[in-house]
Amino acid sequence: MAERTATKGAGRRTIRIDSLARVEGHGAVYVRVAGGRVVEAELRLFEPPRLFEALLRGRHFTEAPDITARICGICPVAYQMSACLAMEDACGVEVEEAVRELRRLLYWGEWIESHALHIHLLHAPDFLGYDDAMSMARDHGDAVRRGLDLKKVGNEIMTVLGGREIHPINVRVGGFYRVPTRTEIAPLRERLLWARDAALETVRWVGELEAPEAELSCELVGLRHPERYPVCEGRVASTGGLDIPAASFEEHVLEEQFAHTHALQARIAGRGAYLTGPLARYALNAERLSPAAREAAHEAGLGDVCRNPHRSIVVRAVEVAHACEEALRIVEAYEPPGRPAVEVEPREATGHGCTEAPRGILYHRYDLADDGTIREARIVPPTSQNQRAIEEDLRAAVERSPDLPRSELEHVCERVVRAHDPCISCATHFLRLEIDGR
Amino acid sequence: MTARRPKLAVWKFASCDGCQLSLLDCEDELLALAERVRVAHFPEATSAVVRGPYDLSLVEGSITNGEDEAKLKRIRRASRRLVTIGACATAGGIQALRNFAAAGAFVDAVYPRPDLIETLATSTPVSEHVPVDLELTGCPVSKAELLEVISAYLAGREPAVRRDSVCEECKRRGTVCVMVARGVPCLGPVTRAGCGALCPAYDRGCYGCFGPKETPNVPSLARWWRERLGAGPGEVRRALSTYNVNAPAFREGAGLGEDSGG
Repeated sequence: MAERTATKGAGRRTIRIDSLARVEGHGAVYVRVAGGRVVEAELRLFEPPRLFEALLRGRHFTEAPDITARICGICPVAYQMSACLAMEDACGVEVEEAVRELRRLLYWGEWIESHALHIHLLHAPDFLGYDDAMSMARDHGDAVRRGLDLKKVGNEIMTVLGGREIHPINVRVGGFYRVPTRTEIAPLRERLLWARDAALETVRWVGELEAPEAELSCELVGLRHPERYPVCEGRVASTGGLDIPAASFEEHVLEEQFAHTHALQARIAGRGAYLTGPLARYALNAERLSPAAREAAHEAGLGDVCRNPHRSIVVRAVEVAHACEEALRIVEAYEPPGRPAVEVEPREATGHGCTEAPRGILYHRYDLADDGTIREARIVPPTSQNQRAIEEDLRAAVERSPDLPRSELEHVCERVVRAHDPCISCATHFLRLEIDGR
Repeated sequence: MTARRPKLAVWKFASCDGCQLSLLDCEDELLALAERVRVAHFPEATSAVVRGPYDLSLVEGSITNGEDEAKLKRIRRASRRLVTIGACATAGGIQALRNFAAAGAFVDAVYPRPDLIETLATSTPVSEHVPVDLELTGCPVSKAELLEVISAYLAGREPAVRRDSVCEECKRRGTVCVMVARGVPCLGPVTRAGCGALCPAYDRGCYGCFGPKETPNVPSLARWWRERLGAGPGEVRRALSTYNVNAPAFREGAGLGEDSGG
């Protein structure tokens, strides 16, 4: 029931899209133009708040991975991983490398699934002029079927390791409940050999899609790791020189509440809007991609930094190629770890965890009592961090072509939002935090 | 293509998106499904919108404010058959924990300006507001059961949805009982089957994400936990106070009173 209106007259017009399609959750766009200038550009996130930070209070620290997974059905592993890292940080526990490697495998599965979904089902129809992937499949059947099968490979990884793809049941603070046998892992090898090639084919396919011009000027923020393309470890870094451990996140990122949205918006202290997600990860870590993924990126015309949000579809495809290669490497070298998890004894402490969800950095902080009861929880999801940058991008897009006919301008706005792959279920129901000037 | 394909609509209220994502996770069946039904309203998947009435509406999410309640009533009027998918729509979801907290306490804890947030003090299932034709539980729902609901509708028969317990599913799977053999607390005896008895197969106890089975004996299981496994009363309450806390059998088992707080 998308309702749209645009009013025009004497350089004034209002663009309202009351229900955005092909994004996760309920969002709306409101842009007001006067005298040829955009005076308001809002991404309104009206998902009803679910208040997770409140309901976590009083829960046991071991419950956080399963409970916070329910914030988002698209990236539950991201929530489980950030929660585990934060709890292990609070309790002073190191998880052994073999278990960390399995965590990465699970997380690569989620990236493959989530990115393949966004590339083929949500984003590509914008470039090719379809309402959805189902109708696109009539003319581009091979690409859609390849995308669905890639997505399925991601889900298969999550199912082997996690029991199921949505809200996996095998993740615990300290590691896993049970690690897979070699026999359980083995069938993934053949699938990943196929997926590695299919992902490169997808990079070529999206590399040829014609993207509208756009240039983001904001700071790009993501994890950075000295050796790896980051997913489950690394420091928080940015193109503006930020380089901090997760524990310092709240000193540098401020969040504010506005009437037009149920997400609290983030900005970097003393600077402003920033973007997290594929464009940021790529800008900060391109040289740590696998050689084949890197080569595919260059062949698709990506430089070392890409600031066009519409081209994020190419970066996502490159990340899928990298994820498939890394997953294959882990699967081929797999030996079950000696134990599935390390014992974690609670203590009175604060812990921080930050990992790379498919849509960008996801920060958790927990304050624990000595018996492991959660006293306070704070969760900063990627989409609330990106909301302000998306609004700036909307503003720029409308200012580039203010005289387009109404339906085309609406479509421009929708495309801008979809390019950023917002997850509105994640973004709402959150944060306490400082109000401007408080 | 048939002359008239039934119109399928997917709706979302307060939820994580996972249950409707289950439909997109049917990678092998999705394109075939789109040939058999007309996807009339499914914003997560398509920009195309077809006006109602709808033959089959799948509803995800719980009701947490007046606007959503009014929207749900419009959806019900426009739907020949309405099926709730998942723990949020069927029982109120984990966000129903607010039903048992002091009014307003949760919003106050999360937002600096609670006055800007219009949220009911409760999170309630769809069936508290409109008649529901079928409730499919699970956090998330099982893909196989979701496809069964749609296939059965297309075939004009009742869907075969399990009503027995995870415990029975676990026995058929041949998993050694985690509770009897290893003393791990498990909600399998009182939880509806449908997940494939996943948790015990991964060496952990069932945590009840599919909600109560038909005629569960929660007090008996709670006694077992206390007397044989040495669980404290807080442990039983905590285990039942998750994704299906507002389902009557779990709510009462957790000692959280008879009504949903609403």
